[in-house]
Amino acid sequence: MFDWRWDFTFEILPRLLQATLNTLAAAGIGYGIAVVLGLVFALAQRTPSRIVTMVVRECVEFIRSTPLVLQIFFVFFVGPQFGIRLSPWVAGMIAIGLHYSAYLSEVYRGGLESVPKGQWEACTALNLSTTKTYFRVIIPQALPPSLAGMGNYLVGIFKDTPMLSVIGVAELMQAANAIGGSHYRYLEPYTMVGIIFLAISLPAAGLIRVFEAWVRKKLGMN
Amino acid sequence: MSYWEFLAQNAPRYLDGTLVTIAQFFLSAMLAILLALTAGLMKLSRNVAVRWTAGVYIEIFRGTSLLIQLYWIFFVLPLFGLTLDKFYAGFVAVGLNLGAYGAELVRGGIQSVPKGQWEAAYAISMSPAKRMYRIILPQALLNMLPPWGNLMIELLKATALVSLISVTDLMFEAKQINGSTFLSAQAFGTALIIYYILARLIVTPFMRWLERIMARKLGRA
Repeated sequence: MFDWRWDFTFEILPRLLQATLNTLAAAGIGYGIAVVLGLVFALAQRTPSRIVTMVVRECVEFIRSTPLVLQIFFVFFVGPQFGIRLSPWVAGMIAIGLHYSAYLSEVYRGGLESVPKGQWEACTALNLSTTKTYFRVIIPQALPPSLAGMGNYLVGIFKDTPMLSVIGVAELMQAANAIGGSHYRYLEPYTMVGIIFLAISLPAAGLIRVFEAWVRKKLGMN
Repeated sequence: MSYWEFLAQNAPRYLDGTLVTIAQFFLSAMLAILLALTAGLMKLSRNVAVRWTAGVYIEIFRGTSLLIQLYWIFFVLPLFGLTLDKFYAGFVAVGLNLGAYGAELVRGGIQSVPKGQWEAAYAISMSPAKRMYRIILPQALLNMLPPWGNLMIELLKATALVSLISVTDLMFEAKQINGSTFLSAQAFGTALIIYYILARLIVTPFMRWLERIMARKLGRA
């Protein structure tokens, strides 16, 4: 019926683990982009201009409600049409970073809105500058409620990296596809990829909970 | 070639693809709801084995990614003697994956129903099945509808992945059109807009409507 071959498994394991490093790098870089760009999107929705707010809001909604794979294809193929050639890595990082920045901007927005109005008024009363208001008063209080969401999306971005294989980024899924194609054996590579993902995402989710509790304690909340 | 000419030429293919995407969406949504309810209730069972079974399902499907599950179901399951046609493999994978996320919502929703409701149902000696069906689930449903709205958008987006096992959905047609016309911005851009319309003008308003109906039925409008 089915035969799991251990020798084959061990033969391909080094290659898969090598590719796992690429997957982790892709998740890390993509998350880095998303964390920064997400903050830009969130703050752009707080400007006094109603038009800017509306346009940014609609862009965020657009990115959030269309499939990531399609966005990856879009970024990768549209560049060359206008004479810009992007490598799979660059296109992939732009697409995945942009996609998750839309999600993270919602997380930040929720966090910022959870800060009581009195805190803003107190800052105005104390004549604090906008920068000081944000960095010394608002963001430290907006951070703890945002952490859970941020952590979830870190794991989320990691689990979405296999989609980068569609444009040929050499990550874990791509390696498994290549092995499967050249050996005509899909059982071991795909199963091992699943196990590697489980082995990373389950402990990561646990660690994030611990980290969140630690930050809350550090900031003197509950 | 202007964009309108492009659209006129390729409209039938986009339409075909959109219909397949909608079919995939409905089938996987039904499977996901069914699995989420089952696994969510099992997670609250007093029996350890039942709880554990649901937990394994949820952790496996939430812990790995949909693409892996899709390839596994399509390429590896046949080795175990279970061959699914690509169309079935597509919505089964999406349904299994999103069902695991939904199960956590169901569990949370049921746990958010105040304890007094359970006690009141017990006090008027309702059977456990009736208590769940008439008292707890309707209130839980109202609590969990907003996150389910987000999950339905995720589900719609997830169906785009079935194009990778050659189900001829919207994403697949966009790739084909891109291959034959080399107009990538138009080919993929149109598909992006169609997905956006489906999500923003159909799925989201429907979920909002459902929330209002449920709130009214429970007298909380």
